[in-house]
Parts: sequence; structure tokens; C-alpha cells
Amino acid sequence: MKNMDIKDIIKPENLVYDKSELQIDTIMHYCPGCSHGVVHKLIAEIIEELGIQEDTIGVSPVGCAVFAYNYIDIDWQQAAHGRAPAVATGIARTNPDKIVFTYQGDGDLASIGAGEILHACNRGENIVVIFINNAIYGMTGGQMAPTTLIGQPTSTSPLGRDVALNGYPMKMTEIIATLPGTCYVTRQSVHTAATVRKCKKAIKKAFQNVMAKKGTSFVEVVSTCNSGWKMTPVGANTWMEENMFAEYVPGDLKDNDIQKPAIGN
Amino acid sequence: MGELRLMKGNEVLAEAAIRCGCDAYFGYPITPQSEVMETLMEQRPWDTTGMVVLQAESEVASINMVYGAAAAGKKAMTSSSSPGISLMAEGISYIAGAELPCLIVNVQRGGPGLGTIQPSQADYFQAVKGGGHGDYRLITLAPASVQEMHDFVKLAFDLAFKYRNPAMILTDGALGQMMEKVELADYTPRRTKEEILDQCGSWATTGKTSGREKHVITSLEMDSHKMEQNNLRFQEKFKEIEATEVRYEAIRCEDAELILVAFGTSSRICQKAIELAREKGIKVGLIRPITLYPFPSAIIAELAPKVKGFLSVEMSAGQMVEDVKLAVYEARCTTPVKHFGRMGGILPSPNEVVDALETKF
Ligand SMILES: Cc1ncc(C[n+]2csc(CCOP(=O)(O)OP(=O)(O)O)c2C)c(N)n1
Ligand code: SF4
Ligand SMILES: [Mg+2]
Repeated sequence: MKNMDIKDIIKPENLVYDKSELQIDTIMHYCPGCSHGVVHKLIAEIIEELGIQEDTIGVSPVGCAVFAYNYIDIDWQQAAHGRAPAVATGIARTNPDKIVFTYQGDGDLASIGAGEILHACNRGENIVVIFINNAIYGMTGGQMAPTTLIGQPTSTSPLGRDVALNGYPMKMTEIIATLPGTCYVTRQSVHTAATVRKCKKAIKKAFQNVMAKKGTSFVEVVSTCNSGWKMTPVGANTWMEENMFAEYVPGDLKDNDIQKPAIGN
Repeated sequence: MGELRLMKGNEVLAEAAIRCGCDAYFGYPITPQSEVMETLMEQRPWDTTGMVVLQAESEVASINMVYGAAAAGKKAMTSSSSPGISLMAEGISYIAGAELPCLIVNVQRGGPGLGTIQPSQADYFQAVKGGGHGDYRLITLAPASVQEMHDFVKLAFDLAFKYRNPAMILTDGALGQMMEKVELADYTPRRTKEEILDQCGSWATTGKTSGREKHVITSLEMDSHKMEQNNLRFQEKFKEIEATEVRYEAIRCEDAELILVAFGTSSRICQKAIELAREKGIKVGLIRPITLYPFPSAIIAELAPKVKGFLSVEMSAGQMVEDVKLAVYEARCTTPVKHFGRMGGILPSPNEVVDALETKF
């Protein structure tokens, strides 16, 4: 091993991990430890594996993932805060041959955009929705979200979320599972190797559903925002397991095989 | 000669959209323009031309659906009335910031607030000065007849695509509800995929093929220096629009001593007022801006040294009058510029306009 050069190690036969060709080499703006980057990687891999790079249009939100378009090599559109499902509707309806997905945070999807997501799902828009629930507004500096847990401190609930003042954590995924327009509704996480693998399967299924024109597929990823939570990445993972999963229970909420009726004709 | 029909202004907007090869309409019901979507739903253009028609859950959703479709190079439109247009403000600003073409129709009603369902022109400022945030402009067309409601749908799309900028038809409840004879255009087929690629392939989200870089439709730029460059580019575009696209009609201005300036419904009232005034020996003419942005400042500047005054007649407390004043000021003239208007859904009568001419000058 003594005089081994790096070139001796980087050989195809030694390769145990390779990143997707659709992942763009660029400076990463996400905080180390953030869940966003892992989910981006999964989406890039899935688009490549399904061979749909030329047909996929991503819709990025307002939130930390606003720059999702810097990382995956497909066509993108950046939507106003909360409006990604409406933007995706406009793309998908006028381009039924395209695979359209939105990527939204919990402030974006559960607060300001609660209306748009419910109606897009209720109409059964043929889109994938990736919902990154980190129980906080990451981008604006850690304010309370509708998904913030009771007692969880944030910059706008410094003593912890108070039910009397702010009501209860909002379970969008449970609400969305009740809507007949959705065919697949699931809650995942990406904090361990095993959950990353499971989450990838779920997101892949969501994309395959859209390829089969089955209606809306909705994947919540219970996520960490270690910066907003003011924790270490490892501490954030533990806190998520111990606190978030009790409120946001991982698993499939719905998996239908019903085809949505086609429009017109 | 195209097909002749007796139609409502709102119905004609729908018919003209189908006939000019529009790809998509997204809207939300509001009086006095609901007939636009009702007509489309009755016509079912998705079965004929393939045009998409969708009732959205709100005006916020409608404009964002337009934003999505427009990004893919589609000819997309929405229509609403005043309160609904206010809700669209953020979306319109995004569309302008991302430099996308689309058509927004505002069939105005009286405000502020929920106001009234009767016609008004009080959204002039909102249409031509902004409405949403940031330095942008809407190419704004003001039809004065049901025929122009028809013609301006195609014109608005043409201008929107020429400049990659949102265009607005600013009309009102009177023109929307009014029935007139209209000559309909022949059907222009919707553009094929190849034609869209030809026209918009350099920027639209048509899917990243291996031959090109990914396309990102966004109005975001975190680097202030680059954002300023973007703004400078927009301003260049607006200058070009101002230099190229001004449209107006001058009626009986040759011998006029007083000039009425009015658009849309109030310009029709002014035409009657001109007749009445001339019977009384007052030599009155009319400048009818067809494009409210770009505003026909040059003709006003040209007339300013020759006439005794301008009267801006509007169904508002006086908004366009500011642009008339600016044009006169730019011409280094001191010609008086006055306003006469009715508000809250009331139309001025021709006699009231003549009275205003007599008392204000
Ligand atoms: C209309 C509007 N309101 C507010 C904002 C400010 N804003 C930017 S990001 C954000 C919160 C995003 O939080 P979330 O969706 O949870 O995404 P995260 O950053 O946590 O991934 C807010 C409120 C905005 N850009 N636009
Ligand atoms: S602030 Fe939170 S959500 Fe945003 S990048 Fe950092 S860890 Fe991720
Ligand atoms: Mg969040």
C-alpha cells in the first residue's frame, strides 16, 4: 500500500459509488447536513435511471430549494412562493407528454401555498410533488411553519410553538391522502442509508406513476434543517427521529392503481 | 370578408382566442367577465383546436398556470376583473421578470375594494404603471369596440411574443357586456411542436435535449450587479416598445381648439360629446390612445402648442390625465390639462363632457 497513488485507487473496478450524470458540479449552497441535497441526488438518479431527462420539467419553490435548478441538469421553472402546483398545472396541461414535478418546502406548500396544492391534488394533476417538511422556514432564518411541532422553539416562537397562539402542526400529507385525485401519497425520510434507499423507491414510483398518467403522486420527506433548528447534523437527525416521527409517521398513506379519466375527446 | 356575428365583448374575447391559435386559458369567475370562460367551456376548444381551458381555484392560481404554460412557449391567457387582477399582481411581476409572453385581460369594474360590478377605468395606474412590484411594464391595449376586443387578442399575443413581455387588454364591463357586430378572423391553427421550438426553442422549457444547455425560467438573480444588468436590458426593451408600438386614433383634431383624451368606453362617449360641442361652436377633437402603454405622448406633444387645452375624460378620479400632463410638460408647453370623470361604475354622459369643456376652459 505504501506508494500507492490516488490513480491506483480510482479505477473502474474499485468504484463503489458514482454520482448521476444529471448532478451538476457546482458550489453547493445548502448547509452541510441538510436533507435537501440528499433528495436532489435521488431525483437526479431517478430521472437518469428512467431515461426521462429530455421530458422532465422541474418547478422549484421559494425556500432554500429555490436554487434546485442549479443542481439537476434538466429544464426548470422557478415558481412564486407556494404557487409551484399551479405553475406545474400550467406546464402539465399544455404539455401532457412532459413529466412535471414540483419540489416544495413546508412553508411553501403547507402555509402560503396550501390552496394551490390542495386543488392541484384534487384535480389529480399528472405531476409529482416532493414535499420537504423540515418543520421550519429554513431560508428566511428559522421562523415557525404550520408544521412546527408543539413546543418547538423557532425565531417567531422563541418559547416554543404555543397551541393557544398558533394552533397545531398541520399534517398536509394526511389531508392530501383524502383527495381522490392523488394516486400515491407517502411519507419518507433520508436520515439513514436504509431510509435513503426506501425514499428513492418511493420517489421513483411517483415518477413512474406520472409516466403512466395516473394523477398526482405526493412524497413527503420528513427532513432536517440543522441550521434552523440550531443543532449539529447528527443532533438534528436524532431530534427528528425522536420528535418529528411521532407527529409525522413515516410510511405509505395511499397507493392506488386507479387511472384518472383523460381530458376531452 | 370574415364571418359576421352579433356578439358580446366577453364572448368575442373567447372566440378570438380560439381563432388566433391560443394554447391555453386559465381563469376564475368574476363579474363582469365570466362569459369569457363560459363561452370557452361551451365551445370546448380542446376537442377542436386542442386549446386547454381550465377553471382555476383562484386568480392567484390562474396567473401562475399562465406562467407555467408561457414558460413552455405556449400562447397562454387569463381574464378577470379588477379585484382578481389585484390578486394576480405577484404573478404578473414574475412573468415580466422572467420575460415571458402572455395575455391578461382586465374587464374593469368600479373599486376600490369589492366596489361594484359596473364598468370603470380606475385600474389605469395598475395596468400602465406597474400593479406588481419592480420595474416592469405591461404592453397595454385599450379596445373601444367589440371588434377591437376581437382584434386585440391576436395583436396582444403578437406583441407579447415579439418582446417576450406580458400584454394586457384593459377594457371594462360596458364593452364586455355590450353586443355589437363583429367580423371574426379565420381560424389560425395552433403552432405545432416544431413551430414552437422554432419560435421559442432558445429559451422555453421544452425539455433539455442533449444538444443544448438546460433552460431555467426564473426572475431570481442574487448578484445585484447582474440584477441591475437584467433591469437595464428590460429598460432597453421598454424603450424599443415606446419607440415602435404606439397606437392611437385622432378624431377631428385638424381644426380643434380643445382636445379630449379618452380611451375605451369613455372615448365613445367623447365622440358624441364632440358632435354636441361642435353644434355649439366649440371646436373639439379627440385623441384616443389605443396603446395605453406605450402612451401616445408624441401626438399630444405635437398638439400642445396648437390648442387651448386638453380634457382627459376617464371613468376614474383622474389617472391617465397624469400622462397627458407629462406629455405636455415634455413638450415644454403650458397648455392647460384638465380632467373630467365619473367613478364607482357611473358612465359620464356626453352632455356632462360638454359642460366640463365649457366650465373648465
Ligand atoms: C410572497 C412571499 N412571501 C414571503 C417570502 C419570503 N420567504 C422566502 S422563503 C420563505 C420560507 C420558506 O420556507 P420553506 O417553504 O419551509 O422552505 P425551506 O427553506 O425550509 O426549505 C419565505 C417566507 C417570499 N419570497 N415571497
Ligand atoms: S437553512 Fe435549513 S433547509 Fe436551508 S439549507 Fe440550511 S439546513 Fe437546509
Ligand atoms: Mg421548511
